[in-house]
Amino acid sequence: MAFFMILVPLLLAGLAAALPSNRMRPWILPVAAVAHLCMTVFVLARPDLWTTSAWLVLDPPARLVLLVVSALFFFCSFYAIGYLKHRRERSNRVFVACLLGFLGIMSLVAWSHHLGLMWVAIEGTTLVTAPLIYFNNNKRSIEATWKFLLVGSVGIALALLGTFFLAYSSLQQGLGATLQFEDLLRDATSLSKPWLRAAFILLLVGYGTKMGLAPMHTWKPDAYGEAPGVVGAVFAGGVTSCAFLAFTRVYQICDAAGEAAFTSRLLLFMGLFSMAIAGLFMIGQRDFKRMLAYSSVEHMGILVLGLGIGGPALFGTMLHLVTNGMTKAVLFLSAGNIHRAFASKNTDQVRGAMRRLPLSSALFLAGFFAITGSPPFGPFISEFSILSGAFTAGRYAVAGLFLFFLLLVFMGMGRTVLKVVQGRAPNEAAALATALPYRDGFLTTAPVVVLMLIVLTLGLVIPVPLGDMVRDAAEFLENR
Amino acid sequence: MMDLLNALLVIILVMNLFSLGTSRILSVIRIVAAQGVLLGIIPLLLRERPGFPELVAAAVAIVLKGIVIPGVMTRALRDAQIKKEVTPLIGLLPSIILGALATTLALLFSNSLAMAPSQGGTLIVPAAFATILVGFIILTTRVKAISQAVGYLVLENGIFIFGLLLVDAMPLVVEMGVLLDLFVGIFVIAIIVKHINRAFSSTDTDRLVSLKE
Repeated sequence: MAFFMILVPLLLAGLAAALPSNRMRPWILPVAAVAHLCMTVFVLARPDLWTTSAWLVLDPPARLVLLVVSALFFFCSFYAIGYLKHRRERSNRVFVACLLGFLGIMSLVAWSHHLGLMWVAIEGTTLVTAPLIYFNNNKRSIEATWKFLLVGSVGIALALLGTFFLAYSSLQQGLGATLQFEDLLRDATSLSKPWLRAAFILLLVGYGTKMGLAPMHTWKPDAYGEAPGVVGAVFAGGVTSCAFLAFTRVYQICDAAGEAAFTSRLLLFMGLFSMAIAGLFMIGQRDFKRMLAYSSVEHMGILVLGLGIGGPALFGTMLHLVTNGMTKAVLFLSAGNIHRAFASKNTDQVRGAMRRLPLSSALFLAGFFAITGSPPFGPFISEFSILSGAFTAGRYAVAGLFLFFLLLVFMGMGRTVLKVVQGRAPNEAAALATALPYRDGFLTTAPVVVLMLIVLTLGLVIPVPLGDMVRDAAEFLENR
Repeated sequence: MMDLLNALLVIILVMNLFSLGTSRILSVIRIVAAQGVLLGIIPLLLRERPGFPELVAAAVAIVLKGIVIPGVMTRALRDAQIKKEVTPLIGLLPSIILGALATTLALLFSNSLAMAPSQGGTLIVPAAFATILVGFIILTTRVKAISQAVGYLVLENGIFIFGLLLVDAMPLVVEMGVLLDLFVGIFVIAIIVKHINRAFSSTDTDRLVSLKE
């Protein structure tokens, strides 16, 4: 089954690259997405399929990530058809092929239980997503792509070194060099401590670059700002989740080795630092897509913070992976619509979006309330769960800072979002708008509406199967 | 065997300094290619009787790092019509001194590391760290996009040297995957360099400054 999930999207990517029609090509996206989602649901329902080989195992956190990214891709694929309809002037060959390639390689990340193979897959996601940022083909998008490629590649190279260190921590103790996740987890207590710690730091920096933790986040505002909204959604919900999953592997090994005190200090620092940086840069941010990028930095910080608190906060952390992914998609997709309608993403030009695009603006506003942790949306539940975990663990100072930074982000983000949504459009923008044909269409809003409903539902009631999956993932991370 | 290995690693360290000390980008690409070929051969020397998988891995590594990747980069260089790194952020001599300093530090630092008993006397770890540091120096002090890509290659070479300690842990599939990623990465970088050149009429990355707060 693992092979199907990896190869079907890749084969369809090949088909997309070969298909000559610019009009037909985007329709391959939902075909692949539906097939992938069906396979995902089928696999999740059948525990006997969770082990394909020693290298390809679907463990609880991987199941969660697979489900989130597959569902996210499903909605994005329909949105992408609507988006690409407005971009007929440009060839979407590379764009569609790379999106499909991402889906296949993402499946490999989720399935792989060999840390070397996992690294190869993560680097693969960097390479297939780079051309997506470049879709608009102008100076700014080239600059963003270059920064993403260089910073991302160097970060991932450090992760490879960290992976080697991990294998060496086993070899140095005479256990034989291995990168098999089960082996490392089983022998965790006898691994060489200095090499293990060094590996942890390198992997934190390496995969943290991919997640966009501060201070390695510098590529993120540029890439998210210049890429189309749908790419931003795939990045903020998909790529980052994959990198987070990769990072949890070494977290778990260190935890099993009894290094929790060492790792949690680092993780708490990185988490709070990312939230602080994101909050500071969001204040007075005039570019609403860059603002979303900083919001992603913040939420990656929250995930890492949750890992750092450990035990009681892990349920909230894994739930936050789900709620953050879905809410980010709502925000990026609706922001993409607003960007399209105003031909600008600067709040100096974009005002009064509520009058021009009532539906997209309403979704953008609702997404803002959701992502900042307002009830009754999903992220409120997950953030609250992390917060109560912090209190249970007795980390009062961390909990206080967490709340303070959430407030900071709420204020910074709220100012920009309200500027976009409220008021009256400036005259020149109105003049420009009549010339631009964009109006909210079915394909560019319906997926976002459904996503928003999911976010709302998650805030009201967590479906039992999902709750079980999140609980399993949290217990797995705790090495129970 | 150990002496031969150490001798080769010393050559690699000298190549690092050469790559820091020359401004002709083509020469730097060639030095790094030679370094890659040398690194492709070393795993064969580490084994008594190399089997089929090792031979395949070595052959692929040598062809990729010695011929294909330098070829892609040379083409990008020709398309962009540049020859020299004219404006490095720090001069060539200071960067050689910095490289030598990094190498010394790597040697001193590696002495304090706990190694597996059988691997005590080799220069693998210091050579790996020194090469990684030199890669970082090139990445951060050069301005031409293509030079930065070379820096990334040197960095990868350094990590590859460390990988020599783990010849058993990396199955062939994974090793091929790493090489494939490296190749595709350089390929994508070369394409982007071309676009940078077309859009900015230059491959100087210090012109990429429109995106900031």
